[in-house]
Amino acid sequence: MEKIGKVASENGVVIFSKSTCCLCYAVQILFRDLGVQAVVHEIDHDPDGKEIEKALTRLGCNGPVPAVYIGGKLMGSTNEVMSLHLSGSLLQLIRPYQHNLSSHD
Amino acid sequence: MNPTMMNSTSTQFVPSRRMGIYEPIHQMSMWGDFKGNNCLDASTPMILEVDPKLDNQSEDTSHGTVGHSNKYDQEASKPPDKVLRRLAQNREAARKSRLRKKAYVQQLESSKLRLIQLEQELGRARQQGMYTGSALDASPLSYAGSMNPGIATFELEYGHWVEEQDRQLADLRNALQSTETGDVELRIFVDGGLRHYCDLFKMKATAAKTDVFYLMSGMWKTSGERFFFWIGGFRPSELLKVLLPHLEPLTEQQRLDLGNLAQSCQQAEDALSQGMDRLHQILGAAIAKQLGEGNYLPQVGAAIEKLDDLARFVGQADHLRQETLQQISRILTTRQAARGLLALGEYFQRLRALSSLWSSRPRESS
Repeated sequence: MEKIGKVASENGVVIFSKSTCCLCYAVQILFRDLGVQAVVHEIDHDPDGKEIEKALTRLGCNGPVPAVYIGGKLMGSTNEVMSLHLSGSLLQLIRPYQHNLSSHD
Repeated sequence: MNPTMMNSTSTQFVPSRRMGIYEPIHQMSMWGDFKGNNCLDASTPMILEVDPKLDNQSEDTSHGTVGHSNKYDQEASKPPDKVLRRLAQNREAARKSRLRKKAYVQQLESSKLRLIQLEQELGRARQQGMYTGSALDASPLSYAGSMNPGIATFELEYGHWVEEQDRQLADLRNALQSTETGDVELRIFVDGGLRHYCDLFKMKATAAKTDVFYLMSGMWKTSGERFFFWIGGFRPSELLKVLLPHLEPLTEQQRLDLGNLAQSCQQAEDALSQGMDRLHQILGAAIAKQLGEGNYLPQVGAAIEKLDDLARFVGQADHLRQETLQQISRILTTRQAARGLLALGEYFQRLRALSSLWSSRPRESS
């Protein structure tokens, strides 16, 4: 779906979310703590929300939110983000988008 | 009373993957004892084998007229209203008898489940050499067993899981203490141990579908373990803190990798915790909307949708636990991972022992 691709490619880190979804909120907090200002696209406030939801499900996101894009590429949902972070790969991927890191090195 | 009721052999057991762990206790029927007393004393549970034919046999039996069956032959000569009254009394007595039997069977079923759980606890306690109190200090079965068969199944399976865990740990300890055990054999232990934790997470995922609040309560665990509880289980970051001293000596690279893992684990945990706080607020607000009107269906209905979110959180927390374990085993050598698994297993065993020792301590008489 072009809208997803458009939003994803125009921004570094994008989280497709729903305003009522607390797991989406948790993922936002994680990126914030890593010094990334992620763009949160709430699909329940988007007129094309249903379309986006279907497209994300087709792309393999279970939930289907949160769906995380980094550098225009779909990373997956919460499971994938957590696995990437624990393996150390997430930090590499978000490096270009990090700014004003919090107190840790 | 029909003697075949007492010696029937049909058996009703909760299905279990490992039959044969317990022996059914054969008892004479207490049906006669139950006639005048509706309450089964729960402190003396027993397993009774109930014959399904029982239903038909008691239908027409009127208590108190046994031995007087030939009285009915004389009915034709009695005045009709007396006959009608006797028939009505018989029907009433039969109805009461059926109700009592139903209550009795229900009591038996729950006593049976409780006995199975107690026998499991004893089995575990004998293995560990001390008396565990998890069935008694929390009485989980009184909540779960009578209300939710999915949860009762989970508790039984969890009991088996702990027994298997204790067995694996004993074998692992022996293997590590023996000088002849090579890495290949230890690898099998490590993979088996990790898989066993995965089995637990799968069991919890199934149970979450039937009652997510139960998983959040941690009622299947001992009270000591519950003190350290976080979203349905142990804290992954706690895991690393417990293990680290027992993994020495570590290379510099390992130390670095473990440090990074500890940090990312903590960050992931914090994010999930904050998400949970938000869920608390949203769920609480949904339930608290428009109080005082008497009608609760719209608010409770809206709240139920939030429970899907809660189930996702529990699943996410378990995923974090699983990933942490996997990452640790990737960073470590086989022998270090084996030692780590043993240390972890013994840590949880100690927490379980803590609960039982505490609940069985001698009380001061006041």
